[in-house]
Amino acid sequence: MKTINQKGWFFVAPVVILVAFNALIPLMTVVNYSVQETFGNNLFLWQGLDWFQNLLRSDRFYGALGRQALFTSTILLIEIPLGVAIALAMPRKGIWVPVCLVLMSLPLLIPWNVVGAMWNIFTLPDIGLAGYFLNSVLGINYDMTQDPFAAWTTIIIMDVWHWTSLVVLLSYAGIISIPDPYYQAAKIDGASGWAVFWFIQLPKMKRVLTIAVLLRFMDSFNIYTEPFVLTGGGPGNATTLLSIDLVKTALGQFDLGPAAAMSLIYFAVTLLVSWIFYSYMTKDEE
Amino acid sequence: MKIRAIVPIAYILFLMLPIYWLVSMSFKTTNEILGGFSLFPQSWTFENYMTIFTDPTWYSGYFNSIIYVSLNTVISLTVALPAAYAFSRYRFMGDKHLFFWLLTNRMAPAAVFALPFFQLYSAVGLFDTHLAVALAHALFNIPLAVWILEGFMSSVPKELDETAYVDGHSFPSFFIKVFIPAIKSGIGVTAFFCFMFSWVELLLAKTLTSVAAKPIAAVMTKTSSSAGFELGLLAAAGVLTIIPGAIVIYFVRNYIAKGFALGRV
Repeated sequence: MKTINQKGWFFVAPVVILVAFNALIPLMTVVNYSVQETFGNNLFLWQGLDWFQNLLRSDRFYGALGRQALFTSTILLIEIPLGVAIALAMPRKGIWVPVCLVLMSLPLLIPWNVVGAMWNIFTLPDIGLAGYFLNSVLGINYDMTQDPFAAWTTIIIMDVWHWTSLVVLLSYAGIISIPDPYYQAAKIDGASGWAVFWFIQLPKMKRVLTIAVLLRFMDSFNIYTEPFVLTGGGPGNATTLLSIDLVKTALGQFDLGPAAAMSLIYFAVTLLVSWIFYSYMTKDEE
Repeated sequence: MKIRAIVPIAYILFLMLPIYWLVSMSFKTTNEILGGFSLFPQSWTFENYMTIFTDPTWYSGYFNSIIYVSLNTVISLTVALPAAYAFSRYRFMGDKHLFFWLLTNRMAPAAVFALPFFQLYSAVGLFDTHLAVALAHALFNIPLAVWILEGFMSSVPKELDETAYVDGHSFPSFFIKVFIPAIKSGIGVTAFFCFMFSWVELLLAKTLTSVAAKPIAAVMTKTSSSAGFELGLLAAAGVLTIIPGAIVIYFVRNYIAKGFALGRV
């Protein structure tokens, strides 16, 4: 039971000030840009909701949004089942547990641009390990810079490589929290392996899996650095995801209005996912 | 050996392949890399690493990164500790909304903030300083630290606080002498995650710096795009950025899920 104590505000004040400085001022800037047109020299013209209307009618935006949706749903469909399967197959005790945990966590701790650079080196058609193997040993014509399909496959495999471990670790944490008597009872009842998974393990993993889906959704929706370093959004616009398009518009072309309108749409999605996450996390605390 | 052990083994092999290739490239000479495909370095060289350790544009990148990452970790922990305590122990007006608002900042995409941050930090005269990057990364690291610490603190029974007051501790003395030692593993884990998330981020760090505080990540992107085929050098720089994570990973292995799930596992 928490005590009611308004002095709590003094404790959180520094956090509020620092985060507000970083979050509110930029957000207001973005809102400001989203309703104005600028030609530089600090000259701004009131534009109303034109940018939003333009954005919602532009093929470019729907293209980026569609690619983003395709990317996010593909990696979720691969990473979640794969992560659960690997977690189920992992040892529960013994010296192999730390070995698995350490090796599997490694990709999570690599700087994102290094992930991109590493996969670039790995997939170079002539001298990369994967590229050489595909082209010269298997005879598949693989070149990420020319073929959109190859570029897509590569960024998806890269993301699977980078983030499946997160799903594995979360699922594993759910599995090892199941007390032994559950398994013993299942054994006495003569439950099959599938029944154990469906009626014991999966319900116990529900909470961690929800966290995993939400985190993976949000982080893949925000993804920028890895595909930017690996493909730069190309070939053409084939792998220009939402964030890459946003940065191109804002910093590349300096089209502040459209970029700001896009930012606010991003913000709405962020708010929605955060709210789901939050209500799910605090549900049982009430 | 059970059949199902194949699954984790195959997965780990898949994870190690690109890393192996990076390490292997970093020990090859440029001639060997451009000369054709070779599975192992034919003539081992440390030249790539020597270049990084002797060329100021390279090694200062590492120093810059380490400076702003450490600065960020210190700032985030210092302000997050009391806040997390308040969230875990007290109820006050707006506490739930505030906790939720913090979460939205952890979830926010860096791309949205790139341009406004550039203008904001230029306006306050902090552009191209370590402090600017440290403060910018606080946007997602402070919420992260508050959420993780709150998770750890809530598992400490409230009786600890009450006993300490009965023993005659004042609040500051209780907080520093009793409470912080009680959650020191939680603080260690939080520090690790602040360090890590600041270390892996590139977009904001690159946007907020030009020369004086340029992070190693930005030095690397420049090499890969402009200088063309210095792949060995790029690989060596990449290997060096993996090392901090690889060193501490063993100590935090049981907490990695907890850290990524914001202390909620």
